[in-house]
Amino acid sequence: MEQHHTISPEISVHHHHDPSTKRIWKTFWVLLFITIIELFLGLMMYWFPHMADWLHLAIKGVICILSLAKAFYIVSIFMHLGDEIRNMIMTIVVPLMLFVWFIGAFIWDGHSWRMLRNDYDPYKKEESTKKVEQKPHEGQKPGHLE
Amino acid sequence: MAQAVPVDRKWWNGGKSPFNLEYGKLMMWYFLMSDAFTFSAFLISYGTIRFSSNSWPNPNHVFNSFPLTHANLPLAFVSLMTFILIMSSVTMVLAVHEGHLMNKRGVVKWMAWTIVGGLAFLGCQAWEWTHLHTEGAWWGRNPFPNADGSQQTTNFSNFFFTITGFHGFHVFSGVVINIIILIMAWRGMFDRRGHYLMVEKAGLYWHFVDLVWVFVFLCFYLI
Repeated sequence: MEQHHTISPEISVHHHHDPSTKRIWKTFWVLLFITIIELFLGLMMYWFPHMADWLHLAIKGVICILSLAKAFYIVSIFMHLGDEIRNMIMTIVVPLMLFVWFIGAFIWDGHSWRMLRNDYDPYKKEESTKKVEQKPHEGQKPGHLE
Repeated sequence: MAQAVPVDRKWWNGGKSPFNLEYGKLMMWYFLMSDAFTFSAFLISYGTIRFSSNSWPNPNHVFNSFPLTHANLPLAFVSLMTFILIMSSVTMVLAVHEGHLMNKRGVVKWMAWTIVGGLAFLGCQAWEWTHLHTEGAWWGRNPFPNADGSQQTTNFSNFFFTITGFHGFHVFSGVVINIIILIMAWRGMFDRRGHYLMVEKAGLYWHFVDLVWVFVFLCFYLI
């Protein structure tokens, strides 16, 4: 292969750098667009507080997936991970698979704890679901307490 | 920007890095991976506590203020903060891009804009914390009722201030690193070295801060 002036002994093949910034700006517009959609969905939940529970959950699910898409674009294009060698990408991505267990197990445990406590601790359940008088605090704006 | 790697190239036979990556940059990646686990431990513990609670404050009712106005604007200010951070990520990647082209003026210009973006974000966060504090929220104090009107706990503000504080500290250290890199670039140190790898490493850290914000924004403000 051709010998470039070596910028570092660890680098034996040089990236081919695209002199245009089109890809960067395209990624910016994608990120902005996804953020606006997320914001819109977030506000939908605010505007329609009495929507069905399953719809509420579905919107939250969609927002989570959109955030993962944003994370993919930032890591792959802004951090240039997509341009690295496959072996290197795998040393980063494979350990992150631990998140599947990490998130799933802990969220499950939290939910299970809530259900068990509601079943076996009726006093706690009553205390934590009883409506309380809220006195408006300093700087209270309309829409705060509905 | 695909790499020109010959198909039959043997990476693991010694004499060269099988990852084709400079040591410092590789270690920055592994540091960021460990930092990702630290942040996710925070966010997942927040999620666990939230799932174990019968009710939780509604973020749209907590985060509805904007500087210089008393209007009810849910999510508006935090969207501005998100935009600022995405924008500073773009200026950072443009600085890295100019570094690849060995263009010192370009690197200095975009690094300077990245620092401006970072400072703007920190200013926004300072305003938000101050505002929440005047409303009575702090570690151990939570004035915001649960969404169903039941008695709130302090879990909400404890997690909010701890996690946004930890993220804000990352932004702060990122700004300090960026200032150091800007001075080094401006003094021509990277031109003498013949490469702008330090800008790439600082860039990785800065993009990671933006990446974490995506999830902080998701967990605290959106859902």
